[in-house]
Amino acid sequence: MKTILTIAGTVIGMSLMASAAHAGPTLDTIKKNDYVRCGVNTGLGGFSIPNSGGQWVGLDVDMCRAFAAAALGDANKVKFVPLSSEQRFTALQSGEIDVLSRNTTWTITREGELGALFGPVTYYDGQGFMVNKKLGVKSAKELNGATICVQPGTTTELNLSDYFHGNNMQFTPVVIDSLAQVNAAFFSGRCDVYTDDASALTAVRAAAPNSADYEILPERISKEPLAPAVRQGDDEWFDIVRWSIFATLQAEEWGITSQNVDTFKDTKNPDIQRFLGVTAGIGKPLHLDDKWAVNIVKQVGNYSEIYERNLGAKTPLKLDRGLNALWNKGGLMYAPPAR
Amino acid sequence: MPSEFQAPANVTLRPPVASLGPLGWLRANLFNSWPNTILTLLAVWLIVRVVPPVFNWAILDAVTGQQSAAACRAPGAGACWSFLSEKWRFILFGLYPPDQHWRPALVVLLIVTMLIVSCDRRLWGWALAAIWLTGLAVVFLLMAGGIFGLPYVDDTRWGGLPLTLIISVVGMVLGFPIAVALALGRRSELPVVRALCIGFIELVRGVPLISVLFMASVMIPLFLPRDVTIDKLLRAEVGYALFFSAYLAEAIRGGLQAIPRGQYEAADSLGLTYWQKTSKIILPQALKLVIAPMVNNFIGQFKDTSLVIIIGIFDLMMTAKTALSDPAWLGFYKEAYLFIAVIYFGFCFFMSRYSLWLERHLHRGQRR
Repeated sequence: MKTILTIAGTVIGMSLMASAAHAGPTLDTIKKNDYVRCGVNTGLGGFSIPNSGGQWVGLDVDMCRAFAAAALGDANKVKFVPLSSEQRFTALQSGEIDVLSRNTTWTITREGELGALFGPVTYYDGQGFMVNKKLGVKSAKELNGATICVQPGTTTELNLSDYFHGNNMQFTPVVIDSLAQVNAAFFSGRCDVYTDDASALTAVRAAAPNSADYEILPERISKEPLAPAVRQGDDEWFDIVRWSIFATLQAEEWGITSQNVDTFKDTKNPDIQRFLGVTAGIGKPLHLDDKWAVNIVKQVGNYSEIYERNLGAKTPLKLDRGLNALWNKGGLMYAPPAR
Repeated sequence: MPSEFQAPANVTLRPPVASLGPLGWLRANLFNSWPNTILTLLAVWLIVRVVPPVFNWAILDAVTGQQSAAACRAPGAGACWSFLSEKWRFILFGLYPPDQHWRPALVVLLIVTMLIVSCDRRLWGWALAAIWLTGLAVVFLLMAGGIFGLPYVDDTRWGGLPLTLIISVVGMVLGFPIAVALALGRRSELPVVRALCIGFIELVRGVPLISVLFMASVMIPLFLPRDVTIDKLLRAEVGYALFFSAYLAEAIRGGLQAIPRGQYEAADSLGLTYWQKTSKIILPQALKLVIAPMVNNFIGQFKDTSLVIIIGIFDLMMTAKTALSDPAWLGFYKEAYLFIAVIYFGFCFFMSRYSLWLERHLHRGQRR
């Protein structure tokens, strides 16, 4: 096993050296191909999944479209490469994809050792609690003495007991291995609470016969920041990915949507004028034209539109914004000024 | 003896009720001994317990037509065939652009036709090879497009049943000659050839298909320069064909070993060269002997295509699983898996029936 690890390490190491030597600008490749190659999940509802018509939909997928809108001016110029979780970093390292947008948690190991560079967080996931609305509970702090359904896993159980001990609360765990059985236990009322990553909880809820009876509490007790990643060594492309995401956030902050973006052309606000390319200046730092931000907003939408379309109240997942709200609305989403 | 038998005159015997007619049949076949009586009663009990609920689920309580998932989740609802009417095109054709679905449909038809045509023994030989090569070229052109006014469709968008068939059939077409070569090589008298063939077969048979696919999809790109990327589907296909050929080679070797020594010696004494001997005397007899294990391999490898799921290729199994992860339609496992099970069964059953027919047909000489 150790030898295999050493060999794997050497192989990855060699490929990294190779990447340093060949670090060709990704943007040139993208312009030559005339599409962005975007690594996505093979099927995760709300993030990246083909719909009944074979079209990719989801938050991660829309971010890919935003990168294409910025780099090529057309949100449809994306080649989606579905990847399993084992393949994703190899695909990035080997140059099979230009950007990885596949619900990937940003960690120090992945950034330091796997040669990836993570962009801004597009979705703050984390372990949460689901309860029956009949309990009348509005916060995880009110869960003292609850019976909690949990799958035995690496960190889910641990986070749970840490959270309750940290808040001086008692709980009775009901530990069940199989997903189907733990769902059955919760929906039959054997436990008061079900804990897992919030996005997983919503999927469990969406499949329930009476999904409206259940609520996911706002607290997140672990950190799972999901972010797109690019190869190290190409800062120009990294900037484009980063600022494309910021542009969706900035547009939401200003209330610019794909519907009303044209009405903002006559605005007096110089920041918005520059953002929309009415006055020059926003394209040069990224080596793009001044229309890149307006292309994103017009063709893909602002962050709120992307979120509501894929995860929001009108979708079966019905996921609250929570931590993913803008910074001035109690969330963590914050874009640096585009000037 | 019969001459001593005197039939009693004017006595009309009734037919023995207990040994003829329906009752007799029941006694002879279902209740002829205590263990069989118990088994029969058990089977009746099982049928009574299983069939009505399944019938209710699949037909009486089923939700059909263009209904929403909510209708299927209503209490008391049975099978959700609405799920299939919503998703059948996605499950069959995957990510392929919906307005071009006639192309993969035609591909499925073409491959099935080629399989049926190959069953006709009059075509065996170069004609069949030509049919397959042209056929596969047409399949590729139809799927990829880019000429004759067909829009180009990248192979990352291929999926579903046509992809499963393509992986499987191309695996057979590529793998079969390699397998014959490996089987011959393994029995060769040239030490290097023999060692290479044994080494390859044992190496490939010694690892699971999943790890071969992983090597093809994860390791190979790391050894290539940054600007060279070999297509993911091609890599998987080659790995798959090589894996398959190692197994098939062993089946064929069994056939080669079953040919009596005298056949080889007779060919040698006629002064035939190695290739004449092999192609005209040994292989035709050997391949005939191993039809059953070969078809067993074909069926196995057809179902093994579903393992490409782990490297993110949308075969039939993967499209079904993806259809199940759609947030609007979560949880209709039974319907989805039943649907693809029927498709897989259809193809495998066809192969196995054909092989039975072929065996009977080719063994006429030996039948007594």
